[in-house]
Amino acid sequence: MHTAELFIELGGIVLVLGVLGALALRAGISPIPLYLVAGLAFGQGGILPLATSEEFVAVGAELGVVLLLLTLGLEYNADELVASLRGNAGGGLVDLVLNAAPGAAVALLLGWGPVAAVAMAGVTYATSSGITAKVLSDLGWIGNRETPVVLSLLVFEDLTMALYLPVLTAILAGVSLAAGATTVAIALGTAGVVLVVALRFGGVIASFVASPNSEVLLLKVVGLALLVAGVAQQLQVSAAVGAFLVGIALSGELAHEARALLIPLRDLFAAVFFVFFGLQTDPTAIWPMAGLAALLAVVSMVTKLATGVFAARRAGIGRAGQARAGIALIPRGEFNIVIAGLAVSAGAHPQLGPLAAGYVLILAAFGPLAARLLQPLITAVGRRAA
Amino acid sequence: MDIEQTALPGIGLKHEFTTHTGRRLAVVSHRGGRRDLVIYDRGDPDRACEAIQLNDEEADALVELLGAPRIVQRLNELHREVEGLVSVQLPVTASSPYAGRPMGDARVRTRTGASVVAVVRAGQVHTSPTPDFALAAGDVVVVVGDPENTAAVADILSDG
Repeated sequence: MHTAELFIELGGIVLVLGVLGALALRAGISPIPLYLVAGLAFGQGGILPLATSEEFVAVGAELGVVLLLLTLGLEYNADELVASLRGNAGGGLVDLVLNAAPGAAVALLLGWGPVAAVAMAGVTYATSSGITAKVLSDLGWIGNRETPVVLSLLVFEDLTMALYLPVLTAILAGVSLAAGATTVAIALGTAGVVLVVALRFGGVIASFVASPNSEVLLLKVVGLALLVAGVAQQLQVSAAVGAFLVGIALSGELAHEARALLIPLRDLFAAVFFVFFGLQTDPTAIWPMAGLAALLAVVSMVTKLATGVFAARRAGIGRAGQARAGIALIPRGEFNIVIAGLAVSAGAHPQLGPLAAGYVLILAAFGPLAARLLQPLITAVGRRAA
Repeated sequence: MDIEQTALPGIGLKHEFTTHTGRRLAVVSHRGGRRDLVIYDRGDPDRACEAIQLNDEEADALVELLGAPRIVQRLNELHREVEGLVSVQLPVTASSPYAGRPMGDARVRTRTGASVVAVVRAGQVHTSPTPDFALAAGDVVVVVGDPENTAAVADILSDG
């Protein structure tokens, strides 16, 4: 009886997500805001609250985070990370300072305390590399000369996340300063070891994981990622970072194959994750925060634009290209929700979840749209200037 | 001519250059094997105004169209400069005794004095092939020498 109800509810959720995904595809926007809205509808205070499947959805959401970060790590290899750190540290630091500030400032002004400020800083800082990559490819911007600048900023952000998430996990757990420092040291050490292992002994890991059989490959990669994620969580480094580092350690053709195998799995569980975040958020709590979320969205659009312009100008890109670099960085999405999710489940200020949800809803939907709408305008202005 | 190489983290590699007429061109090589031929806008040189996706077969065809005639053209220029020097393109037919054998077996230079400078196979040009380079039916052997010894090479390739 229980199984029947569970399947009916899960099937309903996933089917609704599929329909929403189709709508998003037709409208040319990211499906993430729609998944969040679906989560709001299924959650407490929503129109169709779930009865039985919330427990499964919670576990599925955790898997979604691990798979999101694993596939993200698979996109990069260690050489690229090191090269990007060397070449674009300046732009990356400007990105960090300009875009973490609005979130932290809002949290402090509202009197939510320093822990919430650190969480909100992460929420406004990270650009959604998934949505941005899609914008670049949909609009034919991949060949553009400002694109390497945008991509290296994304790499820098993802690397920053590998340090930020353990710090956030530690302070959310309310550990003392000394224990927090230990956690950060462990995180730094782990990240360093993984980078060195990936650079020096990438072949050894690859030959262990590699298999001509896609089933064996899938099981080995998922198994390894979950195992490392679990150990990382145990060490308070955060499971997400563990999975990300596994992704980075695998590179080349193997990473490409593994990514292709994992994407369907990731799409399913990542969608579940966005729903779960929506579930935890009371939709009626978003309305009071809507104005603030919109204001924060506008401010952080401006700061991302400024970041893009700064980094692209340093790389010798023209005005139109500088504007495109800024616009491409606007979308927020999965990371921001991951961060807010961590804060919410650790019992942060009750208004943090609704604010983050509203904020990401606006920027995940509006970011790609802005790029699409502004593209002809930028081109026209660029032509006239030339 | 400078070709600029840029890494595109998570995507692949980009090679770009500016032509003598001032247009910028680039090739984006995606990790999965896809190639994009990118042409930049005149007014906004940072923007790709055209990005043409090519699969493996199409990329090969483009290389063939652009590459193989260039080699021949260069050879023609060469023997226009040096009187008495000719370059000929000799097909390796299925009936050739050297189809499927290493090129060294034909001992072209020892027997005729002419040099094999390249082998064109499936649109790809293999320059300065070594004696162990295995010839195959359908290859085109590019030979440089005088009119007599290049004719002798043609005989060797067809009759042994």
